[in-house]
Amino acid sequence: MSASPEALRKKRPHGEAPQRPTSAAKRQPAVQSASQSLPAPFAGWFEAKGWQPRLHQLALIEKAAARRSTLLIAPTGAGKTLSGFLPSLISLTARRRRANAPGRRLHTLYISPLKALAVDIARNLMAPIADMRLPIKCETRSGDTSAARRQRQRQSPPDILMTTPEQLALLLSHEDAPHLFGALDTVILDELHTLATSKRGDLLALDLTRLRRLAPNLMMIGLSATVARPAELRAYLADQTIPDEATRLADVVITPPGVAPDITILEQDDPVPWGGHSARYALGTVYQAIKAHRLSLVFVNTRMQAELVFQELWRINDDALPIALHHGSLSAEQRRKVEVAMSAGAIKAVVATSTLDLGIDWGDVDLVVNIGAPKGASRLIQRVGRANHRLDEPSKALLVPANRFEVLECRAALEAAAAGEQDAIVDRNGALDVLAQHVMGMACSAPFDADDLFAEVRSALPYARLDRKTFDRILDFVATGGYALRAYERFARLRLTDDGKLRLAHPSLANQYRLNVGTIVESPMIKLRLTRARSKANGQPSGFTGGRVLGEVEEYFVEQLSPGDTFVFAGEILRFEGMQETEAYCSRSNAPDAMIPSYNGGKFPLSTHLAQRVRAMIADPQSWSNLPLPVAEWLALQQDKSAIPDSDEVLIETFPRGSRHHMVIYPFEGRRAHQTLGMLITRRLDRWGAKPLGFVANDYGLSVWAACDLSAMVAEGKLDLERLLEEDILGDDLDAWLAESLLMKRTFRYCAVIAGLIERRHPGREKTGRQVTMSTDLVYDVLRKHEPGHILLEAAWNDAAAGLLDIRRLGQFLSRIKGRIRHQALHRVSPLSVPILLEIGKEPVARFAREDLLREAAEDLIRAATTGDMPEEPVRPNTMTGEHKSNGDPRPKARAPRRRRIQ
Amino acid sequence: MAILALKPERLDAGEFNDQPVSICGKSFRADYSGALYWPAEDALIVADLHLEKGSSFARKGIMLPPYDTRETLSRLAEAIDRYQAQTVIALGDSLHDETGASRLSEEDRDSLRILQEDREWIWITGNHDPKISRDLGGHVRDELVVEGLTFRHEPSNGRVTHEIAAHLHPAAKLSLHGYSFRRPCFVANGLRLVMPAFGTYTGGLNILDDAFEPLFGSDGMAVWMLGQEGLYPVAPRLLRPD
Repeated sequence: MSASPEALRKKRPHGEAPQRPTSAAKRQPAVQSASQSLPAPFAGWFEAKGWQPRLHQLALIEKAAARRSTLLIAPTGAGKTLSGFLPSLISLTARRRRANAPGRRLHTLYISPLKALAVDIARNLMAPIADMRLPIKCETRSGDTSAARRQRQRQSPPDILMTTPEQLALLLSHEDAPHLFGALDTVILDELHTLATSKRGDLLALDLTRLRRLAPNLMMIGLSATVARPAELRAYLADQTIPDEATRLADVVITPPGVAPDITILEQDDPVPWGGHSARYALGTVYQAIKAHRLSLVFVNTRMQAELVFQELWRINDDALPIALHHGSLSAEQRRKVEVAMSAGAIKAVVATSTLDLGIDWGDVDLVVNIGAPKGASRLIQRVGRANHRLDEPSKALLVPANRFEVLECRAALEAAAAGEQDAIVDRNGALDVLAQHVMGMACSAPFDADDLFAEVRSALPYARLDRKTFDRILDFVATGGYALRAYERFARLRLTDDGKLRLAHPSLANQYRLNVGTIVESPMIKLRLTRARSKANGQPSGFTGGRVLGEVEEYFVEQLSPGDTFVFAGEILRFEGMQETEAYCSRSNAPDAMIPSYNGGKFPLSTHLAQRVRAMIADPQSWSNLPLPVAEWLALQQDKSAIPDSDEVLIETFPRGSRHHMVIYPFEGRRAHQTLGMLITRRLDRWGAKPLGFVANDYGLSVWAACDLSAMVAEGKLDLERLLEEDILGDDLDAWLAESLLMKRTFRYCAVIAGLIERRHPGREKTGRQVTMSTDLVYDVLRKHEPGHILLEAAWNDAAAGLLDIRRLGQFLSRIKGRIRHQALHRVSPLSVPILLEIGKEPVARFAREDLLREAAEDLIRAATTGDMPEEPVRPNTMTGEHKSNGDPRPKARAPRRRRIQ
Repeated sequence: MAILALKPERLDAGEFNDQPVSICGKSFRADYSGALYWPAEDALIVADLHLEKGSSFARKGIMLPPYDTRETLSRLAEAIDRYQAQTVIALGDSLHDETGASRLSEEDRDSLRILQEDREWIWITGNHDPKISRDLGGHVRDELVVEGLTFRHEPSNGRVTHEIAAHLHPAAKLSLHGYSFRRPCFVANGLRLVMPAFGTYTGGLNILDDAFEPLFGSDGMAVWMLGQEGLYPVAPRLLRPD
């Protein structure tokens, strides 16, 4: 009976006797030994709770008894976390029982990607420990942990320490690391699928190799949601001792999936909008769904989307339902309040971004609403898994497409989920900036032998393919910056000892390292503080009187605000009053709508196989009858006015619109790849004399507009579309564009901070007064000019290519569509192109942008000086794009005069 | 001051290469490199070169690319070539620290020597380089008065006139059409001028910072921002604080 799904459920109905593990063993020989070995307090505890140990929990205990490192793959809600801890709890309990137990040393390390997660797990873990009165001490450690406590944790460690990858790196950089970790028995890596695929995962992998050296008998337990290729994570957990010969894999325990989720796509009579991402049209229905459920999670893809949806829900909240907001920019206190209210069942719905995406179990959620398209099947499954944490009941979810393309995408995601498809994790090469940071950290802990460290580093999966030459370049970088001009030998940070090891040149370098550890380089954040509104008559302000802090926003967002502008934050419309020191002061506004459309389409790009499904769906008119009527009609109209491409073709349309000529391309390869393609083809079109002016991209396609008649150029043979999309565009054009691009500069800054070339900004610790900050752009420009082959430029290029540029995907696209371009020269806008043309966030052709703005400002001034007619408002059409940036931008053309300190 | 007749089409970049600036009746050309040329005296003024800033950081374990001095000197050479000036005035903080001169590479020393050939070279001292080693050539002065204009590193507080100074690394942040970015700039009011920093690794201080208040008060100031292809006069109402 225990093998049947009913026996695996977490809670049993009242009155039914719990199954004893021993009788279960009769029918389940595979579980027998582990089940019997479940020691008394644990068996009793399960019994008292009326629970059954689950098969995967027993399997993991068995693996642990055999000291096998293991990956546990289980869907959300399968009790993964407890499973991960059980072996440690059992082993620690047994150890304490033994006579002459040695003094307490760190036994288990639990690593989680989220600080909040570690806190949550502490709660879940503390409960069983307290219930069973286990003699086990466990503590958390994060950036917020006090210095005194951190010090004590190193001197007298708990049995179980729960922490983040960054804290582990810090602990390992201390001289006492061998003592602290010498008796370490188990490492538990939670949410491994999200950790392993990032730079944090690279850092963690390196730290795990060091842990293995300090505690050779170490066992790793990885906990992961369902992934497409478990082998990648299994290899991540294993020690790659001979990386050239074979990839070693950890063991794996896979729980069978639970009941298929019950997912519906919101379809209603209101027509789905052509473009946009707010899904405002559907929020009435969403509100009704919230009303009909106990607790709903409303997931959106970006913070600003969260703000919009939250605000809109409250506008129609006639029943005053308790609806809350949760995203990463809100103050920690505010988030905590929401979390507590969720656990207590005091709220009806939470609008949330990915801050609530991971395995946090906050309450009794019975409906998950996903606004916009989920962008990937795995993400959908993860989010849907938040509802009904029981394997025997289906999770219930509602998908709300925000525009017509998203209807197709939601369909595709649903089909993919039903087919059990998962997005593959792309195997990655470990980042070089992270390696540099690790090398420095290791030097801080003790002098090291380069050969030994090389071997150690290569035993981590992401670095298994690292060659010695690159490793030596990293060593050189850490020591002297790695420049061809050997100017810094005498300032080297690493020096050779008499026995040929490398040691830190000065202890102060260790402090420098510790202040800069970690791989998360946030864009600088600005605190938003509430203040009173200022009257416009009040000329020279003497300073703001501050109220409470509302939260933080990215610096770039504040940069675009002028005093008087309104925007949405924390569910309120705020009026920007001004900056004072490093804080932005805002007042509450009565304005019905915010002026600044603080809004990005979505931060996750459409996954490759969802894109395939969407293409196939469009290419097959037979399937359109299943679609909502407006969407089916839209596609039929497209077929009539232009063309429907086959699933292996790419459609390119050219048509005039206003005084411009557009070229719309539909690759369906995700926003990042399209943006890259846009940058590249505008360069090419510029060279060919087509006078491109700008472009816009979304997940489905891109539109370039130009001053020349593109249809005519194609007809006259002056514009060869095959040639335009040839793969060689990823060669010189890419290099030339990248070198100048802001994106590359930003990427370089991240690499420079992670690698320790420049110091992190420490809020509150910045020098006061006349701070003269030097921008990394200066460093980038100098390096590119004088040493273009420098390892840090290489690292930045790799990052950009793999991440924001999606070069790999773009390359696959270009090779896929060779000879399969379908061109339609049209007289007007095509139906399919409308959602793309409506997209906000247009890019002017970047090459000239900045210089143009300067020139425009200068012309403006000179004109004023010559005519004596001083224009009050600077806003006029951009000379480059000929279009105001605000297509779809509700910002009024004439803006309130700014506060002036000078004239 | 003659203002260019604006053509309806876009202006050539060349027309923005330098801009006329007048200080107490003397005419200068402000160059987009950040140098200031004084035709009447055939003198080129540059400020805050901060040579060897890279190696100064390296001493503290921050290994910035060691090419800043080379880069600064080559940009300086270009500016000198453009105007063929007989005199060069380096307006203080020419070296990032007092021992900076001893860290100059042989190549950079040679470049400097070549620049100094056949022209007068005056180092004005600054807070970063209160003493300047004799073997760097040229004359060393704490300040310099020419034709009634005073050249000194740190601008004097208050409503001083007849002064060309540096030290503050003025920068302006332009905001237009929702885009905003920062550039070094010249800032002046017809009676005094503060030079942008010329050095490659020099940051900037926003001219809306309080530090500029005592110098220009609320009488207004004129601002010229340094672009990649030209120097652009910009109306201060388009500027933002940081």
